[in-house]
Formats: sequence, structure tokens, C-alpha cells
Amino acid sequence: MKQTLFDKVWDAHRIRSLAPGVDLLAVDRHLYIDLHALLFADLEKLGRGVRNPEMTFAVPDHVVSSAPGRTGGNAEWSERYISALRRAAKKYGIRLFDVNDDGQGIVHVIGPELGLTQPGILLLCGDSHTSTHGGLGALSWGIGASEVMHVLATQTIVQRRPKRMRVNIEGRLPAGVEPKDVILRLIGQIGAAGGTGYAIEYAGSAMQRMEIEGRLTICNLSIELGAKTGMVAPDDKAIEFVRGRPFAPNGKDWDRAVGEWRSLTSDPDATFDREVDLDVMKLVPQITWGTSPQDVIGIDEMIPHPDAAADPDRKRAMQAGLDYMGLQAGRPLAGTPIDWVFIGSCTNSRISDLRSAAAVAKGRKVSPKVKAWVVPGSKSVKRQAEAEGLDKIFLQAGFEWREPGCSLCVGANGETLGDGERSVSTSNRNFVGRQGPGARTHLASPPMAVAAAIAGRITDVRTL
Amino acid sequence: MEPFTVHTGVAVPLLVANIDTDVIIRIDRIAKYARDGLGPFALEALRRLPDGRENADCILNAPAYRNASILLVGDNFGCGSSRENAVWALMAMGLRVVIAPSFGDIFFGNCFQNGMLPIQLHRAAIEPLAKQLIADPDRATLTVDLQALRIRTQTGAEMPFAVEPLQRRMLLEGLDQIGLTLTNEAEIAQFQSQDRRTRPWLYAAP
Repeated sequence: MKQTLFDKVWDAHRIRSLAPGVDLLAVDRHLYIDLHALLFADLEKLGRGVRNPEMTFAVPDHVVSSAPGRTGGNAEWSERYISALRRAAKKYGIRLFDVNDDGQGIVHVIGPELGLTQPGILLLCGDSHTSTHGGLGALSWGIGASEVMHVLATQTIVQRRPKRMRVNIEGRLPAGVEPKDVILRLIGQIGAAGGTGYAIEYAGSAMQRMEIEGRLTICNLSIELGAKTGMVAPDDKAIEFVRGRPFAPNGKDWDRAVGEWRSLTSDPDATFDREVDLDVMKLVPQITWGTSPQDVIGIDEMIPHPDAAADPDRKRAMQAGLDYMGLQAGRPLAGTPIDWVFIGSCTNSRISDLRSAAAVAKGRKVSPKVKAWVVPGSKSVKRQAEAEGLDKIFLQAGFEWREPGCSLCVGANGETLGDGERSVSTSNRNFVGRQGPGARTHLASPPMAVAAAIAGRITDVRTL
Repeated sequence: MEPFTVHTGVAVPLLVANIDTDVIIRIDRIAKYARDGLGPFALEALRRLPDGRENADCILNAPAYRNASILLVGDNFGCGSSRENAVWALMAMGLRVVIAPSFGDIFFGNCFQNGMLPIQLHRAAIEPLAKQLIADPDRATLTVDLQALRIRTQTGAEMPFAVEPLQRRMLLEGLDQIGLTLTNEAEIAQFQSQDRRTRPWLYAAP
């Protein structure tokens, strides 16, 4: 029987079938964020414990401050979550990467960095952007609070097997175009529910050429397609990425693991329930105009008119998006003045993102009207960037160089934009109120965000 | 968990696509308030004006619908964040049933963990139902029968819906998923003991 990559990994984790199409799966890695710290008390109320504490790894990332020199969080609730996480980690023997530990960072940045993320594993986390880890060939998805407790108590998950979709991404990325632009374009093409019910495999020559960090960015935004998960078949790049990392297998284990990982590709004649093609040869930098990631256009395009949407619900949503964003259909987005630029989040805060951002920032100045932050994804990314002198480039240009965490992507640490303020952000959601009540978010790549910071308005990075 | 068998209540249509979990409940509300305190903040971006006053234009505030327990919405309801607080907030606001053409996947699963019934229904069925609820607010009451898998209107019309059998049973019996899974403890232990031999590094932290 010809199998897809997804099916191979799923089947390897099946403990038993519970009903037609529904399986009980073994969970290899459970990553744990601060926002769920209070669930341990609920678990105790249910009379349950932690079945395999050695397979759960905790990190404070959502509620921590990103202010230089921070020692915790500044929101009125931060300490409650951080201290509860510490207490639970100690009580149950769960490995914690604490606020000022070397390994701290955004959960989806540190997983791959520490070698916790490996090809072919089943990795879950109570955060919707968990699909990120598919960039290394892991099967990964985000779960809710009840399922977090279920994984703690049983080290398993009950799941209906999704359908399979393959997205074939072909061509070479033009200059100034990033993996972020590729995935934003795909969301624009098939919609924010285009992936609902599917596990996606990203394939094609563009994916083969892409470095791991770009693949992580692409898989990260799978949830903005509504997909269960996104994966890329692990190749030499993936294997070399994992080699030598703290939690990677070594010695004989390494050889055995690599042998397994090499079998993790879709069989040549495996079939998918849906195939989507995307040619990136002529792709231009993308930017969102509305309040769903599917509200995206090329920087050279005009804001679309709601009347162009056939579907009445969609029409209403588009008009509401335009009203909220303070924009008019039929006009260019380029030239719109902005107040903020945020470079960070689990989508775009890795070293490659900071390098491509710094390349645009070098020798330039942030507009005096714009507040611009760079929030590295992890302590390790921060150290590496400082070793390369990227921090100096950002600081000289007028960016703030901050401490790792989710920060302005979601505002769970109290860092938010003001009502009506407009940002270009490298993050993942432009939802109403996402960056603070009344805040207006435009999603784009790191170079596009830097270009906007410098120009003080939304700008095509290719013509800066 | 409180079982769900049959529910009768006021239904309110809010047919907008892509209502996400950030809109359902803001992150600072989640961080600050316990689950049963989230009701006033559910869908506040729609129910309230920026200054905190009630938004009179929002149908959720209209007298006929403000005590609704059944919500009809557009495509991809509950997309976005995995925050289960979105379900808690809607339930704290009094909702027990959400009817949509499609749902965000994680939100959909979270509903069943909390005794909330998400019903996936074709738009061709939702739209006329919504029109009827608006045209006749005095009879904007529906009965949702999970035993019979039927929605009944005040006018006697019936429409069928489908729910995945395991999830239906969870709701009907108010089952505890953890307890149910642990009835498979022997199989879990056997899987792990075999797996420990083939992938020992996943079980031994350095």
C-alpha cells in the first residue's frame, strides 16, 4: 500500500483504533507554555497525575516581558503563571527552561533549536502554531486545555485521521521574496479554511531548496489555512539541522534514527485527497490588508473590493475588515503610514529572519514616527545575532533590541499597541484586537517590515 | 462534564465568516479571569464599543436575542488560537450550541470537551433558518436533539445533522475522556515498552 509521509508517521504512533477513522496515538514530545500553568491544579482536582514527565518540556514565553534586562513578566498576571509553571515543573519533574535560562525562548523556536523536535515524532503543544515543527518532518499540532491535561495524564491523544493535501511549490524565489510571502500567498489562494480537515505536505522544488528555518515558517502558518498540520519530508538538510543538538540522539541511536528518518517520504505513487500547485517564480512581497490572514495582496496590488466576493458572509467579513483597518477598497496599500513595526514571533524570529531583516536595516534609519522592535525568538537566536553584530545594526538604525518571547504577536505579556495604531508585523495573525484592542496589524516578511519602519509607511522592500 | 441530550433555547444568527478565537475572547481577559468569569467578555469586540458601552447595532444585544443559547455563524467559526477559553467564554455567556458551515479544527474539538455542541450544517440550511429567526424574533427558539440528531423549529420544521459517534457519546453521557483513555492503559504501557527499545533517546533526557 502506497503511503504518504503523514500516514507513515501517524501509523507509527497508533496504539489502537477506537472507532472507524479515530485512533489513540502515542505522544513523543509535549511542549508546555506558561499560559497553561494553572491547568496542573485542574488535573489534580480530577485526581490525575503526569504519566511521563520526561516527555514534557516547559517554557515561559507568552507572559514574559521582552524588555531589555527583564527578569520575569510585567503584566499583572505574569508572575501568577510563571510561578505556577515553576512549582509544577518542580513537583512533577518536568524540564523547565526558565526565564533567564540559556534555552528559553518561544516554544516553537526552542523545540527545533534544542533538538526536541525531530523527524517522524508526534509532538503536541497547547498552542495553535505547533504545526511549526513539521518543518523538520515531525507530526505536530496544537491542542486545547482539556487535551493538554489528557496528554499529561495519558501521554496519548485521541484523533480522527485527517485527509491529506499536498501543496506543490515550484520555482525559485525572486530577490526580496521570503518563505513568509509563499505561505501568505497560499493562504490568499485557498483561504483561511482552505486546509480545514487536512494534513498538508509541502513539496516541490522550492521546498527542497528552502532551508529548514523557511520550512518552519511555512509549516507555522498551516493553522492559518485551518489545517490540522503541515509537514515537509525530512531530507539531508533536516538531518544535518538536528545533528548534535542537545536532545538529539547520538552514537548508535543517531545512526538508527537517521535510518528511520530517511524512510519518511511520501511513496512515489501515494495519493492525496487534494493537490494544490503554487508557482513562486513571479511572486511579489505579500502583505495583509484586513483582519484574516487570507486578506492578503501583493505589495503592487490594490485593496480588493468586498463586492468582488461571491459569498455574502465573506463580503460582510471583508467590509468589517476594511472598516476596522481604516482602509478603502480599490486603493493601493503601499504608502499607508504606520506607527509600529514588530519583528518577532514563532513565525519569523529565527536567525535567518534577523539576518534578512538586518540586511535591509543596515546603514538606514527607522522613521522618527515609527516605534520598531526586534524580539529574537530565543536566547540562542539572540546570542547568535549578537555574535554576528546584527544587534548593532538594528540599534544603530533605531530599532529596540529586546529579550525573547511572544511579545507583540499576541500581547499576553501586556505589551500591546494603542487603540487605532497601525503596525507591520512579521507575526501570524491580523485578527481584530490581536495586538491590543483597536490595534491594526499588517502581516508581512521581515524585510518588508524593516522597509516599512524606515519609510514610515507600507513600502515595497524591492524599491526601497 | 454536564451531559448534553436535548436543548431548547433562543437562537441568534451572526452570519459572518472567520470569527476567530481572539475575537471570541481577548488574551488579557483569559490571563486575568477564571473560566466562569469570562461571560461578560465573550465576543466583546462585537458586543461592545471601544469605550466599553454596549454596541446597540450588534444583534447579540437585541432584546429578542440577548438570552440566546444557540448561535448561528458563518464559515470557519473559531479559527485561530487553540485557547479553550473561547469555549468557556461562550458557555459562560450562556451558549450551548453553535451552528456553522465549518469550524476551526481545534475549537471544534474543544467544544466536545466541555459539553458544548458544535453542529456543522450546510449553508443552504443555515441561511433560510437565519432569515426565519430574524423575520420572527418572537419564535426564535430552536430545539436541538442530540439523541435524534435533529434540529426542530417553532414552526415544526425539522432538519437532520450529523455528529461523529464517539464525540456524540462523549456529550450524551458527559464522559471523562482521560478516564476513558486510561481504560487502554495496558496497550499504552505495551506500546511504550516496545518503543523504549527502538527509540530510547525520547524517554531519557540528557
